[in-house]
Amino acid sequence: MGKTIMTVDDSASIRQMVGFTLKGAGYDVVEAVDGRDALSKANNSSVHMVITDLNMPNLDGIGLIGELRKKPAYKFIPIVMLTTESQDAKKQEGKAAGATGWIVKPFKAEQLLAVVRKVLG
Amino acid sequence: MNDNHKQLFLEEAQELLSELENQLLELEQAPDDKELIGSVFRAMHTIKGSGAMFGFDDIAAFTHEVENVYDKVRDGQIPVTKELINLTLRARDRIKLMLDGPPEGEAGEGLTESEIIAGLKGLTQGGDAPTPDKKPIGKGDPGIVISRDKVTYRIRFIPSPDIFLTGTNPLLLLNELSLLGECIARAQLDKIPSLADIDPEKCYTYWDIILTTDRGIDAVKDVFIFVEDGCVLTIDTIDTGSPEDRSPGYKKLGEILVERGDIGKEDLGKVLTEKKYLGEMLVEKGVTTPDKVESALIEQEHVKKVREKSRANEESTASIRVPAEKLDSLVNLVGELVTVQARLTQTASVLHDNELAAIAEEVERLTGELRDNTLNIRMLPIGTTFGRFKRLVRDLSNDLDKRIELITEGAETELDKTVIDRLNDPLVHIIRNSIDHGIELPSVREAQGKPGTGTIRLSASYSGASVLVTVTDDGAGLDAEAIRQKALEKGLVSPTAELTKKELFSLIFAPGFSTAKTVTNVSGRGVGMDVVRKTIDMLRGAVEVESERGSGTSVTLKLPLTLAIIDGLLVKVGGNFFVLPLSTVEECIELIHETDELRNGNCLVNVRGQLVPYIRLRETFGMEGGLPRIEQIIITEAGRGRIGFVVDDVIGEHQTVIKSLGKVYRDIDGISGATILGDGTVALILDTNRLSTAA
Repeated sequence: MGKTIMTVDDSASIRQMVGFTLKGAGYDVVEAVDGRDALSKANNSSVHMVITDLNMPNLDGIGLIGELRKKPAYKFIPIVMLTTESQDAKKQEGKAAGATGWIVKPFKAEQLLAVVRKVLG
Repeated sequence: MNDNHKQLFLEEAQELLSELENQLLELEQAPDDKELIGSVFRAMHTIKGSGAMFGFDDIAAFTHEVENVYDKVRDGQIPVTKELINLTLRARDRIKLMLDGPPEGEAGEGLTESEIIAGLKGLTQGGDAPTPDKKPIGKGDPGIVISRDKVTYRIRFIPSPDIFLTGTNPLLLLNELSLLGECIARAQLDKIPSLADIDPEKCYTYWDIILTTDRGIDAVKDVFIFVEDGCVLTIDTIDTGSPEDRSPGYKKLGEILVERGDIGKEDLGKVLTEKKYLGEMLVEKGVTTPDKVESALIEQEHVKKVREKSRANEESTASIRVPAEKLDSLVNLVGELVTVQARLTQTASVLHDNELAAIAEEVERLTGELRDNTLNIRMLPIGTTFGRFKRLVRDLSNDLDKRIELITEGAETELDKTVIDRLNDPLVHIIRNSIDHGIELPSVREAQGKPGTGTIRLSASYSGASVLVTVTDDGAGLDAEAIRQKALEKGLVSPTAELTKKELFSLIFAPGFSTAKTVTNVSGRGVGMDVVRKTIDMLRGAVEVESERGSGTSVTLKLPLTLAIIDGLLVKVGGNFFVLPLSTVEECIELIHETDELRNGNCLVNVRGQLVPYIRLRETFGMEGGLPRIEQIIITEAGRGRIGFVVDDVIGEHQTVIKSLGKVYRDIDGISGATILGDGTVALILDTNRLSTAA
């Protein structure tokens, strides 16, 4: 496989759970703690997909998606946002910013992988 | 979720909570600080999201309420008041309590969750708290798919031109669809502009997809869940897989195109008045494009195929494959039923109740039919075994430079599956013997005026409640004298014994008996024929050999139709019941006590001029008690010649449901099983072959 996925979340436990699941499925994982961190890491590594939380300090998920889409290398890659059920409006906002899809928290490892396979192929 | 993750969450949550405490206190001083409000909201949000992920559902549910309030605070709907800070601090303490686990004392100090929530709700003043709409992704959980009919959908998927900008690859969606079932996708290219106008970042292609799946329409919609807002998606059901949709034909091309909205009804009517291929005409007239027509034709083809297949499936369900254990348990149940029915019949006759007797009779009839039908299910044509022997004969005769033809007859004869399974080995041994010892080399045969090619005839036929399987060869036949010599050598017969041909031939089934001068790799080791006898005994069958020197040998296996229920002869010895398999019984004659004594106990009885030895079951089983004046001898034919069994009384025919004996009694000589009589008494089933060998 050898595809790299960047996970962006300010919660270490979520990052760990997502990273653990993805590594278990054979993906390489780059972790970032917030949007700003993600942007700087995005410049230094080639990433095939991004999974980002929405509520984060410094630069939130929506902002991150918008910034990433401005970069040629990130224009067409799948970006999936982690949302909670109460954030239907956020979902639309995210889509408008260029998110490919979303995963509703809480989710199970299989659900995460199902979405990754769906958008990453 | 492993504990490692959980531990990390707990630590993280504790950290967040202590931060939250500080933030709340700061917020109290600077109630308008947007940044602080955002942090508080985020802290709540993270605790909620992570909590739910790691199984702290109560924390998640509670925090959700607090978060809702701060959502409103963030939007400026609710002002930050002292009261709000108070409540939030209490809520924070509460969450900490929930994280730490149940405290030693009672839930005690502080407000309960519901009190805090009520307080917070009071602050929002009935401001409609957004109801959590639980819509987790992947709602069509593949684990619990109810089996559904295969339904065929027509899907037209027109992605939004900007679909690439959201990082979506439409081809992946098509791939995902094809995982759901049989799927044909056709790309429609008519919206692609001329090269000069093309924006390479836009998607101009759209797709017509025909999908046959049993996963339901929700699964289909789920595929498009991320893109459904921007794109045009039409899903029509065109074949439900239900019986009404089984007609072999499908809609005409014109109908499909109209249904899809690709052409109008009037256009169709106009064109139809001309006589050409409809598709060509429609394109000529410019009402539609070749691609659209092509796509409709694909749909037509696909549905036709699906319908043909479902019809084929229906035909194949005319026979069902069922695991053998299911049949075995059915047979067992029927056996129990037969036993109970016997009891019912007996009770009815004891009670002299006519009405009950009538019911009992009806039950008896039904049980009989049920039994026959059930046993019938287990029946297989013996031909399945016959097939294997063609190869055996061919290979072996090549090895031995013999020319042999195998003729099979009665392949359709049906036998219980168990019997057929066990029949393979004995037949292999018999046929090997025929090939090796029976059929001569072509030169020898021709010298004797026989055709150079020998014949082995394998035939099966019904004979009453038995099936006869016969292997006949036109070979050299058995050498009676050689067998006698060998038997003498082995001490199997005494030199003075007068043996009939039949008795002599039956000696070839003795263990280690072979007249072959040399051991070939085919036969001659003397194992083999005794295996035949053992297996056939086990199946409650009989083996018989006939042979004529120079013209051939014939081995006949007499096998019961089934092993589970047999017809038996119920007899009584010294107050105990026994059952003899009726198939082996020839006749019953009386043994009068006085005449018996005259014979000085030599245990032979004259049956129409033939002396038949008999066994006194009373003595064999060591039973006490006075002898009746007239005893009965049951003459049986048990492969090794006739033998009589002396019993006190013959009761009559009995439908015998064979029950195997437990571990302890399994190896008792002379008893092959047991059955339960109508009154619950156990009757042992006698193994006449073993008894006569023992005598």
